[in-house]
Amino acid sequence: MPDANSSTRQHQEHFFAGVDQAPLGAVDLVDESGAPANLWTDAWRDLRRRPLFWVAATLILLVVVVAAFPRLFTSQDPRFCELGNSLASPSAGHPFGYDFQGCDIYARTIYGARASVAVGVLATIAVVLIGGLVGAVAGFFGGWFDAVLSRITDIFFAIPFVLAAIVIMQMFRENRNVITVVLVITTFGWPQLARITRGAVMSVKNADFITAAKALGASRVTTLARHVMPNAAAPIIVTATVALGTFIVAEATLSFLGIGLPPEITSWGADIAKAQRSLRSQPSVLFYPAGALALTVLSFIMMGDAVRDALDPKARKR
Amino acid sequence: MAWYIGRRLLQMVPVFLGATLLIYAMVFALPGDPVLALGGDRGLNPAVAEQIRAEFNLDKPFIVQYLLYLQGILTFDFGTTFSGRSVRDVMAEAFPVTFQLAVMALVFEAVLGVAAGLVAGLRKGRLFDATVLLVSLVVIAVPTFVIGFVLQFALGVQWRLLPPTVGGDVSFRTLLMPALVLGAVSLAYVLRLTRTSVAENLSADFVRTATAKGLSRPRVVTVHVLRNSLIPVITFLGADLGTLMGGAIVTEGIFNINGVGGTLYRAIQQGQAPTVVSLTTVLVVVYIVANLFVDLLYAALDPRIRYA
Amino acid sequence: MKIRRITGFAASVAVGALALTACSGGEPAATESSAEGGGGGASTGIVTVNGTEPQNPLVPTNTNEVGGGKILDLVFAGLVYYDAEGAPHNEVAESIETEDAQNYTITLKEGWTFTNGEPVTAQSFVDAWNYGALLSNEQLSSYFFSEIEGYSDETDSELTGLEVVDDQTFTVALSAPKADFPLQLGYSAYFPLPEAAFEDMDAFGENPIGNGPYKLAEGGWEHNVQAELVPNEEYEGDRAAQNGGITVKFYETLDAAYNDLLAEQLDVIDEIPDSAFTTFEADLGDRAVNMPSAIFQSFTIHQNEAHFSGEEGVLRRQAISRAINREEITETIFQGTRTPASDFTSPVIAGWSDEVEGSEVLEYDEAEAKDLWAQADAISPWEGTFTLAYNTDGGHQAWVDATTNSIKNTLGIEAQGKPYALFADLRTEVTNRTITGAFRTGWQADYPGLYNFLAPIYATNAGSNDGDYSNPEFDQLLQEGASAGSVEEANEKFLQAQEILFQDLPAIPLWYSNATGGSAQTVDNVEFGWNSVPLLHQVTKS
Repeated sequence: MPDANSSTRQHQEHFFAGVDQAPLGAVDLVDESGAPANLWTDAWRDLRRRPLFWVAATLILLVVVVAAFPRLFTSQDPRFCELGNSLASPSAGHPFGYDFQGCDIYARTIYGARASVAVGVLATIAVVLIGGLVGAVAGFFGGWFDAVLSRITDIFFAIPFVLAAIVIMQMFRENRNVITVVLVITTFGWPQLARITRGAVMSVKNADFITAAKALGASRVTTLARHVMPNAAAPIIVTATVALGTFIVAEATLSFLGIGLPPEITSWGADIAKAQRSLRSQPSVLFYPAGALALTVLSFIMMGDAVRDALDPKARKR
Repeated sequence: MAWYIGRRLLQMVPVFLGATLLIYAMVFALPGDPVLALGGDRGLNPAVAEQIRAEFNLDKPFIVQYLLYLQGILTFDFGTTFSGRSVRDVMAEAFPVTFQLAVMALVFEAVLGVAAGLVAGLRKGRLFDATVLLVSLVVIAVPTFVIGFVLQFALGVQWRLLPPTVGGDVSFRTLLMPALVLGAVSLAYVLRLTRTSVAENLSADFVRTATAKGLSRPRVVTVHVLRNSLIPVITFLGADLGTLMGGAIVTEGIFNINGVGGTLYRAIQQGQAPTVVSLTTVLVVVYIVANLFVDLLYAALDPRIRYA
Repeated sequence: MKIRRITGFAASVAVGALALTACSGGEPAATESSAEGGGGGASTGIVTVNGTEPQNPLVPTNTNEVGGGKILDLVFAGLVYYDAEGAPHNEVAESIETEDAQNYTITLKEGWTFTNGEPVTAQSFVDAWNYGALLSNEQLSSYFFSEIEGYSDETDSELTGLEVVDDQTFTVALSAPKADFPLQLGYSAYFPLPEAAFEDMDAFGENPIGNGPYKLAEGGWEHNVQAELVPNEEYEGDRAAQNGGITVKFYETLDAAYNDLLAEQLDVIDEIPDSAFTTFEADLGDRAVNMPSAIFQSFTIHQNEAHFSGEEGVLRRQAISRAINREEITETIFQGTRTPASDFTSPVIAGWSDEVEGSEVLEYDEAEAKDLWAQADAISPWEGTFTLAYNTDGGHQAWVDATTNSIKNTLGIEAQGKPYALFADLRTEVTNRTITGAFRTGWQADYPGLYNFLAPIYATNAGSNDGDYSNPEFDQLLQEGASAGSVEEANEKFLQAQEILFQDLPAIPLWYSNATGGSAQTVDNVEFGWNSVPLLHQVTKS
């Protein structure tokens, strides 16, 4: 029974690892305090030592700075478009050239970061919170909780994205912004994360160290939050980081349908959607917004990997 | 177990009522009068518009429209489209090809995703792992319409290896390219999920124990590592079947496939509630059955998970 | 007007085009291939052409969109048909005569039959028209009979103006004189119906029985896939099939159809996707088609829109019109597949002129635009954003962005597009007059006549007068034109009427959509009709 084996070992790891490494007095000390919350302290200490984390953090910082202060990076107006420059090649001050409408691609890529990153990150956070909570409760408590929550999840799964988007955006016709787009994407996106979380929680909750935690008198909610979730985090993190990218692309779909961000807000998604027209004649127009999107997704995937490794006590020991 | 499956199937009844009500309400809440759109830019004679509204019950309050629709369903009458076709016929045309396409896409993303994800997880941090990461990034960042267009143009038009569109000729050969395109984004999820789970389980003690017991590496990898890594992957795949069936709008457009995604999209645009709700209801059933199947697989993969 | 709308993510142009050859001249001319084939002997190959699933049963009076219209034109023969130049020729009619432009006597040729053996008689036309006009039949094209005496759009009423004289003759009394009435009789709404149709219209719509050059093959309409047409051996007219049949393949996106054409999976395409505007002439060489057509594009600003009525409104309308660089937009955005407008009609219509007085307002002039705008500001200062509403399922975004950018850059005001995800939503706002700002409008002619571009849109209370424009002088000239003794005389009046439109600019003309299309190496003798649809009966394929 490999599974039982695994959980036993995990359990031992958790409580006896410090003894094996007696010289590390600090670890012993922490373990004696008996608070599993120290998992996070351990994770942070571990994280700081990983180059992957620093690369990812630097990239994310760069993206965030671009999103927050686009003016630092370009003096061009992303919304000034002159048809005479349509698809013109790069020139001094316009390193990426011009798009179909004659707008400066570099300026649009820089200014597009704010809306796109905000949509991606906020929608991911919302989806992880809602989907994670629903999935965790359904998976951990089971029974009626599971039946009701999972069937609600099934219903939301089946709601067509376009339909939900048009109906919700209609309610905010006159003041569409990043938050309304996040609302649409969250409505549509949380069921997937709920399913993933539920599955992960179910496969962890019967592990022996969970039984032990319960036996030691931890309440069910505490057990779920402190013992189950950290061990079920890997698939959640992976799904969330990939979803982050797909959410930014989803904003493109919304823009394309005319129910995304209003035209005065520049975003990578809208520019990717518009590049469709130039696909046969000048596919390179697509390259910059899609490249910026890829770089952002890459930084979050790397960060996710680093965090996951840090959370995993087995991987940490090596 | 049988009791569990029976209970799950019984739960379909409230889900059916909830989903149909919710989605009918959403179509009802769509902005604009769908009948006026029938006249195009020219508009429609108001008296004719009035009669068409009456014919399709669009002049009645929402709850009456919904109940009339439910009443029809009891006699397997799913309503009619504005063009006078029975929704049942429309569904009978769209679902078989869509199901075939979705299953092909699912098999593609499952086989390639799990295989490549497994290797990447086993060799974490090496060149292959980096390549897999790059592929995931490409399918995430490059929109489906680009992947579809490039494949169609290269394989269909330039080299003429495969037919560029499907149309009325539905076969394995014609659906091959669309299935690859449709499964591309999901492939990123399967790759990442498999790779991460494999890497995680690889360092688990039971693997070291199994290796120490002298089991061969292939056996350790397939029986111990992979089996324990599959739960998140099959969870994703189970939910993805329905998404692939209902959300293939772009792929169906590129390859001219008369499937559920496009039909649903057009029906939403035209405000045709019976078509939207009927198609979606079938999708709900697909989600429920696929998720039930996945839940049963959990128990098979992980004996600690039991249902009563 | 027929609706041409392609939905789906790779959505494309809303209205299509008439097409002739790839040459740059404005005059219709025969294509390269037609010069070779030139009505030569019949071929036997089955020609495939792109199309869209008909949105309604195939009943002539209930078909108001291009998908169904393309099939109906092949399956039915009307009183007249139009040649490639849009000139009418008698088909089933022997003669159409009138003395006062109000009472017409129509005589039919003998020997015409429907494909079920029934003869085509005067009654076939009168019954079909009455069916189409009757309100309770809910026919989408009922307004085509509104000029005939007895028509009502409030209650069910018989067209009392129609009278059967004998099997080959019937008379039509119009409620007002209309000189170009015979010209419009080639439109699909005026096709005859056999008696069998009235027994079960639903079954008929699924499998229409016509009298045209083709008939639907047994079970030939495979929904959402294709319609298979085979030559009608009994057909008597000039449009006899020169091929072994036509299969209309339905596509959701033009891109898919275009790639099929390039891969020789499709013989003829009658509209080029906008992604291929740059490349299609290189891809297809002399098999590409790109010519002006009977489609007029504009945007409308309602007469009561704030800042756009009265003297201030006229100044602002003219300023906006002058701020749009049509030349540059048609060249860049449309790659020459649109022709800048120089009037309110279309260059392929007999009587068209690009020298109507006042048409210089369509020329881009930055200084003049700014000056006019400043004059308007002196009356009442402008504030806010100029918006141009459009539906996103029709591929309009690119030109709307370019047009609003042009206005923004020239006038120095904020201007942007206002997208609607649902055509129904836009249409409802326009119908209820709740829309604000400008909105896109377009017109594809039902029949090749100037009157059809003017009366339905700008006459007081006309059905498609979405801007509620009203000018008694304009109405007067229209009426004089309609009742004029000759077409030339009538067209003279219509040109004068346009002078008023150029003053008031109820709509801002933008450009004429070209007919774009092409064919694969597999076929010859491809020529496009005035209404942007290829003359498929004459295409040869061996």
